[in-house]
Amino acid sequence: MSTLSFWEYLDSRHRQLLTDAWQHASVVFQCMVVATLAGVAIGVFTYRSGWAGDLATTSTATVLTVPSLAMIGLLIPVAGLGVPPTVIALTLYGLLPIVRNCVVGLRSVDPSLVDAANGIGMSRLTRLVRVELPLAWPPILTGIRVSTQMLMGIAAIAAYASGPGLGNEIFRGIASLGSRNALNQVLAGTLGIIVLALLFDAAYVVVGRLTIPGGIRV
Amino acid sequence: MSESHGASIELENLTKRYPGNAEPSVDDVTMEIRAGETVVLVGPSGCGKSTTLKMINRLIEPSGGRIRIGGEDVTGIDPVRLRRKIGYAIQSSGLFPHMTVAQNIALVPRMTGWPKARIRDRVAEMLDLVGLDPGEFRHRYPRQLSGGQQQRVGVARALAADPPVLLMDEPFGAVDPVTRVHLQDELLRLQRELHRTIVFVTHDFDEAIKLGDRIAVLRECSRIAQFDTPETILTSPADDFVSGFVGAGAALKRLDLSRVRDVEIAGCPTVTVDDPLRTVVDRLRSRGSRPGRPATGGGADELLLLDRSGRPSRWLRREDLTRARGSLTRAGVPVGGTVSHDATLRDALEAVLTDAAGRAVVTGRRGEYAGVVDMATLLDSVRGLLEADRLEALEALEPPHEPEEARTAPTHAEQKGPAGQATA
Ligand SMILES: Nc1ncnc2c1ncn2[C@@H]1O[C@H](COP(=O)(O)OP(=O)(O)O)[C@@H](O)[C@H]1O
Ligand SMILES: [Mg+2]
Repeated sequence: MSTLSFWEYLDSRHRQLLTDAWQHASVVFQCMVVATLAGVAIGVFTYRSGWAGDLATTSTATVLTVPSLAMIGLLIPVAGLGVPPTVIALTLYGLLPIVRNCVVGLRSVDPSLVDAANGIGMSRLTRLVRVELPLAWPPILTGIRVSTQMLMGIAAIAAYASGPGLGNEIFRGIASLGSRNALNQVLAGTLGIIVLALLFDAAYVVVGRLTIPGGIRV
Repeated sequence: MSESHGASIELENLTKRYPGNAEPSVDDVTMEIRAGETVVLVGPSGCGKSTTLKMINRLIEPSGGRIRIGGEDVTGIDPVRLRRKIGYAIQSSGLFPHMTVAQNIALVPRMTGWPKARIRDRVAEMLDLVGLDPGEFRHRYPRQLSGGQQQRVGVARALAADPPVLLMDEPFGAVDPVTRVHLQDELLRLQRELHRTIVFVTHDFDEAIKLGDRIAVLRECSRIAQFDTPETILTSPADDFVSGFVGAGAALKRLDLSRVRDVEIAGCPTVTVDDPLRTVVDRLRSRGSRPGRPATGGGADELLLLDRSGRPSRWLRREDLTRARGSLTRAGVPVGGTVSHDATLRDALEAVLTDAAGRAVVTGRRGEYAGVVDMATLLDSVRGLLEADRLEALEALEPPHEPEEARTAPTHAEQKGPAGQATA
């Protein structure tokens, strides 16, 4: 049995792998954008009310307990195959850390600062945009980072519903276990995801540097 | 500085009940605060001071009663618009940590739509006003400031849009005692320049005496026990609650009511570091030949050495010079305590008591030499003050007021204008 070495495998399949990696990154990135906007919006609308904020965090936490494979399976009859179930599942999973950190971050803004903001005549919206969100931004960004890491792995499952990304590589390998390139395929997919996750994380460090004001950077 | 002045504040049957509390937190407060005066609300913790204050800018909505500012009923107007015309400074400074000093100060002017250039000038002007160098501080973040500096910036922010009214809720409660005294002095100086209407909350009676043109001593539910000038409250407290709050040592506290500027400041012979040694020696020999008054107190055969900016630096005696070998900057003893014109007589007394020779140097706005005070001067003025108070209290002889009366009817002393206002 002549198996290709891993490097030879990468060399021979690099075009396909790069395409998969690109699509993987792209779907995670786009879902993160949506999850961030939705998550921050949910946080902003619920943090001031005790029960609404708790409900938002609990319900998003519940989503996480659903195995991702099952979630995608459940979405196929509703959303069909391919990109739609992938995007829906990823966005739902991505919400939790963002909603939770947003609610916690907004709630932990020093009450005396809220008092000061009101006291100098900020409207509710101004206070939110100029004071509360900037102060809650570091925990929100942490939530976004955590979400992204999580979605990197979950996105691989999307291949089960013919979704895009490096999961295809892994699934193909698993489906043909014992064949010549099975191990290489799984390995290439997995390593690709890890590399992407590291690249994203590095990007978040840069984003943090650029967006967290000097006065509250640790 | 701007020409605008304070606005009067009238509270009419102001009441606040929190849902779930049996007692109202503020019960039927009626109070008239004149334009340009500093009124201090003082009372034990939890008596409703903050609640009363926060109803003035409607951070807390009253459950009943009216508020009028400058004659206008503001009980129903848009609270956001109202608050932009009312400065607000709080204990924790309330500076936003993610904004620089300049950004913090610029907030209200920005919200009210001032042009950029004017805001920039205003920020520098405000920093100057509170004694911080704009070049050094405007780009700092709050965490790069000391507690006292943060409070200064907090006050600068509160005053930036030139509000006629300034509300301060224990603004100096969280800083160390030394800084607190400085900040109090600064506030007095500011107020002399600005003439805003200030409502100041504190639980520290000494602070109330020092800062207030009038003081409202509050008991539980913000009920007014006495609302009068510090002098009257010290010399004729309305009831046992007020006397309890005034505490022991009313005569000593009287020292807080007068400032160095109110007492006679003597001169003393001075030389500057740039004067040739020859001149210095001559001066010491021929003391009294200098125009002006001869020095008083322990400084008779001493010279005060000033540095190049005219600040007092060292006391020189004859013997010191022989040892100095030409270098004046090393000779003599360094000047210990200095007090500003705004310092209270208590601060001055403190400085005099701790000075080895029993005198304190008085300095002007930038720390430059202005004169000296000594023990005799201080004792004379305090005796005079206490005597005057006593006569006044006898004249205005109204036996201790019922609290209910004090709340509604202005007392005699109220008619005669802010008393803490400096006469100098
Ligand atoms: N948000 C609130 N809900 C219920 N009670 C309050 C609230 N805020 C203050 N109180 C009550 O009102 C009273 C006065 O409080 P406060 O004005 O803060 O007192 P002070 O500033 O004089 O220390 C206190 O007894 C306090 O328990
Ligand atoms: Mg309070």
